[in-house]
Amino acid sequence: MKTALLAGAAAAVISLAMSGAALAADITGAGSTFIYPVFAKWADAYKTTTGIGLNYQAIGSGGGIKQVEAKTVTFGATDKPLSDDELQKNGLVQFPMIMGGIVPIFNIDGVKPGALVLDAPSLAGIFQGKITRWDDAAIKALNPSVTLPSAPIVVVHRADGSGTTFNFTDYLGKGSKDWADNIGSDTAVEWPVGVGAKGSDGVANTVKQTAGSIGYVEYAYAAQNQLAYADLKNAAGKTIEPSLDTFAAAASNADWKDARNFNLVITNQPGDTSWPIAASTWVLIHTQPTDAAATAEALKFFDWAYKNGKDQAKALDYVSIPDAVVTQIEASWSGITAGGKPIFGAD
Amino acid sequence: MAVTTGETFDSSDGASGNQARRVVVQDRIFYYLTLASAVFVVVMLIGVMVSLVVGAWPALEKFGPSFIWTQRWSPVKEIFGALSPIYGTIITSVIAMIIGIPVSFGIAIFLTEICPDAIRRPIGVAIELLAGIPSIIYGLWGFFYLAPFMAAHIQGVWKFSLFGWNFALSLGGIPLIGGLFANSASGLNLFTAAVILAIMVLPFITSITRDVFQTVPTLLRESAYGMGMTTWEVVRHIVIPYCRVGLVGGIMLGLGRALGETMAVTFVIGNSHAISASLFAPATTISATIANEFSEATTGVYTSSLILLGLVLSIITFAVLGLAKWLLVRGDIK
Repeated sequence: MKTALLAGAAAAVISLAMSGAALAADITGAGSTFIYPVFAKWADAYKTTTGIGLNYQAIGSGGGIKQVEAKTVTFGATDKPLSDDELQKNGLVQFPMIMGGIVPIFNIDGVKPGALVLDAPSLAGIFQGKITRWDDAAIKALNPSVTLPSAPIVVVHRADGSGTTFNFTDYLGKGSKDWADNIGSDTAVEWPVGVGAKGSDGVANTVKQTAGSIGYVEYAYAAQNQLAYADLKNAAGKTIEPSLDTFAAAASNADWKDARNFNLVITNQPGDTSWPIAASTWVLIHTQPTDAAATAEALKFFDWAYKNGKDQAKALDYVSIPDAVVTQIEASWSGITAGGKPIFGAD
Repeated sequence: MAVTTGETFDSSDGASGNQARRVVVQDRIFYYLTLASAVFVVVMLIGVMVSLVVGAWPALEKFGPSFIWTQRWSPVKEIFGALSPIYGTIITSVIAMIIGIPVSFGIAIFLTEICPDAIRRPIGVAIELLAGIPSIIYGLWGFFYLAPFMAAHIQGVWKFSLFGWNFALSLGGIPLIGGLFANSASGLNLFTAAVILAIMVLPFITSITRDVFQTVPTLLRESAYGMGMTTWEVVRHIVIPYCRVGLVGGIMLGLGRALGETMAVTFVIGNSHAISASLFAPATTISATIANEFSEATTGVYTSSLILLGLVLSIITFAVLGLAKWLLVRGDIK
């Protein structure tokens, strides 16, 4: 009986080892759900051209950071950049992979999609519970031609930690000192008011079924589900409609050159046409990987995606990284080495 | 014990000697297999508790016992207090019991005392099916149907005209206790979560209650009816006193389930770390907080605080089960 058990266990180990070998050709990554649709599309196209697949687990940025630190995956993806210290401690580098936008969505009786204009101080006031009715003077001043009801505002925020929340609260903090001092920005914050919903779909559905509500989701989600979003007044004082063009403007107006470790959150960027809540997803990868071959494959895939993945990203309502920034990123890859030699461009 | 039984066999002659050995070996294997299963449960329980304590240690060290009674939950500043999830867990469960117990008892009494045979089975089957619905389905239903219904019809204002007077009534307008029902535009709140929980615990309490009601000896019951008691009097003076212990057990089982329910509650409670006087305000529970926040808890103290929350929930649940056991034992001695 014992021998039978042993044989069974041995067989299981062998089959595990074999499946491990079969997967070794695939690039492994984990993290941000924001970037997942783009990665999936890219991976599909990349597999048909190169035969190399991507095994990406969309477990959230926090999970991605943990997994890449534990070296169970080749790269991680996060919607919130790591600080210099955090990168150094774990021997990681980061670089932006994709950009997108975040939009406020609302459901107000009698107000049409796109008819509402808000700015950072008014949004911060609403999400802080200091502006409680839709006909508040601060909102009226931004929307002189819109008839706003005297209905209470129901704030809807994410209940789970999220890169979307990080970028949204970062924007509120840049536009409102009160917000920055009392609440701050993170993937989850201490919400003073409102209803928490899980995931973008949770926020969207809660807003849809609650009259007088306001929430925030990534633009790709809002566009594909035809949600009513608001326009925003940007840092230059212009009223901007969310679109791929205005996100791209924010991305290219951002000062990437002086951003150490690409640690730049592209909310509230200058420029007349910049959408104020643009967001990026960063890839995290080890500078001295234990498996240099896997890292080489991953970098090749990223290079391919920067150069050939623009149309796919656009089709999914994401913004690809500007060419000038890509050049800067690929130059930074010289720091990813094995045996003292850069891994990327070695062959 | 089982190990020794084989040794009483006489192993002098060959055939029965083989038989005896077979019995001994088989019994021994069986003994160890069942023992291993039993030990496995204990080891698992201890393992889970130890890993919870180990995981929660950084938070315990940082916040100490004040974790239980402070309310601030700030991932940005890394200050965590469990009061609002503990409050939400207990209040939703208590309201669920207030709604669920009378209805469950009503169903059980109807089924055992009053119900015509023809419809007893269909109702019984319906209750069992209710118990079989996965909690995520309750969550979806609660989110898409119950919450909007509550917002529109229970929490809202009822306007009507009578004899030329216009009335606008709402639960929030009730004197003294109106604050409990302060108007809110969203149906995602503590009360909706409690209603969902009440529906979820209903089949558990009902089926146990029905089973214990059936243990009442026919002699007692028939004698009472023979003396001219009404059904209400029989239930009130014979059935319930006879079954008291079993009823407590059923209630505690339902309460245990309500305390730990995660998915359905997460969908409808509004997930807000706030304690409000109004039952129509969003709140959170321990399990909902863990489910929502664990995957994105990046810092050590944050993760540890969530594990500590899990430990607190385990202790609350153990306390409820322990109380139930104690009541049952006390009832037996009586």
